[in-house]
Amino acid sequence: MHKIQRHLLNLLVASLALSLPSAFADSLSDITERGVLKVAVPQDFPPFGSIGPDMQPRGLDIDTAQLLADQLAVKLQLTPVNSTNRIPFLTTGKVDLVISSLGKNPEREAVIDFSSAYAPFYLGVFGPADAAVTSLDDLAGKTISVTRGAVEDIELSKLAPKSATLKRFEDNNSTIAAYLSGQVDLIASGNVVMAAIAERNPKRVPLMKLNLKDSPTYVGLNKNEAALLAKVNAIIASAKADGSLNAISQKWLKQPLPAGL
Amino acid sequence: MAYQFDFIPVLDNADLLLQGALFTLSLTAAGTLLGVGLGILGAVLRAWRIKPFNQLFGLYVELIRNTPFIVQLFFIFFGLPALGVRMNEWEAAVLAMVINLGAYSTEIIRAGIQAIPSGQLEAAAALAMNRIEIFRHVVLRPALAKVWPALSSQIIIVMLGSAVCSQISTEELSFAANFIQSRNFRAFETYLVTTLLYLAMAILIRQLLAWIGRRFVVGGR
Repeated sequence: MHKIQRHLLNLLVASLALSLPSAFADSLSDITERGVLKVAVPQDFPPFGSIGPDMQPRGLDIDTAQLLADQLAVKLQLTPVNSTNRIPFLTTGKVDLVISSLGKNPEREAVIDFSSAYAPFYLGVFGPADAAVTSLDDLAGKTISVTRGAVEDIELSKLAPKSATLKRFEDNNSTIAAYLSGQVDLIASGNVVMAAIAERNPKRVPLMKLNLKDSPTYVGLNKNEAALLAKVNAIIASAKADGSLNAISQKWLKQPLPAGL
Repeated sequence: MAYQFDFIPVLDNADLLLQGALFTLSLTAAGTLLGVGLGILGAVLRAWRIKPFNQLFGLYVELIRNTPFIVQLFFIFFGLPALGVRMNEWEAAVLAMVINLGAYSTEIIRAGIQAIPSGQLEAAAALAMNRIEIFRHVVLRPALAKVWPALSSQIIIVMLGSAVCSQISTEELSFAANFIQSRNFRAFETYLVTTLLYLAMAILIRQLLAWIGRRFVVGGR
């Protein structure tokens, strides 16, 4: 009697074990078995990803992908994507991970899973090192250049004190030129734009003074990939601890990794 | 589907548009007074070939008349700070307008001065008028009277050209229109109202200049 029950139980466990891989594919073991990590990266969004002079993709996302591949001890295979097709590439299984300046929102969370954040992406008020601005009230009496109609214009128009002067320009280049030529005290824009300034005019790189809107970037992966998610998170956590993610941020964004990321 | 007109979001911002229109008019007034003054000076120096200023003004006229206004404006606002000359946006706008109108009006008024028959100057000298009297009554006034319509048109052009100053965040009428449009996305209504405002301002300035011309330049001695 007991024997039969044991046999039946064994059979059940065995069949479950057999059926599990097909029902819940474990990408992590797939990746290690095939020895290749397939990652979707941007190709038209510097400094996160662009095509370098040698026609190879380069950028923060590419370096992050390389870091993950190195830690998994597998080869890296990059797939260039754009912002509209990056999630379909993941959900149809063409890539294992999306590292493509991907922000988190509820609509995306319904479809895919997110790792912990690996890079900062935010809109803020930036200025020279000696500008004493730590709160919105400190903007009183200051002039701030901003691109008209951009998210930071809308936010700052609501939040800034009355005596702060917003100088609105037509495009990013004029907004930057107004700051670099000293026509304004501060500039409101994204940290990516600051990286672009750093690329061209490293002497007057504005530092972050106020954060207006935070939307850090995450690694995107398919749902129900607990093992892969845990592994990616572990690699990101240790890369944060040993400073290698900070080095990537310094290299591409010219700003240190924020402490709370 | 027919476009649904909605002027309410634009009219809600009527104060912004009126402020912008007033700012455009003040820019134009300042630019015109100083610009025409510069033009008269340049015209006299050029017409009478007073060295070395006639050559300097010749260079200035060629430089300004052969470069776009927006480039001159950007040079003043974004470029000059590199040399330590920093102007705020309305100072830069006025300066650009003065320099621009100064160059064009130099040539317009010079044409008027050179069209004065030399016999008229000799007649004035024969009547023992002094140099200042000759300049005022025999040179400047007849010269301005001859070119007044051309000068009026140039002033209108400068007023309309001030729309470009919105690019350096000068809060004139076009800036107000762009700002309102970027907030309510009612492009058609906003720019229709703005167009009508510019038209009204141009007609107003033309009438004013015609009156000044009749009263002080051509007529009433």
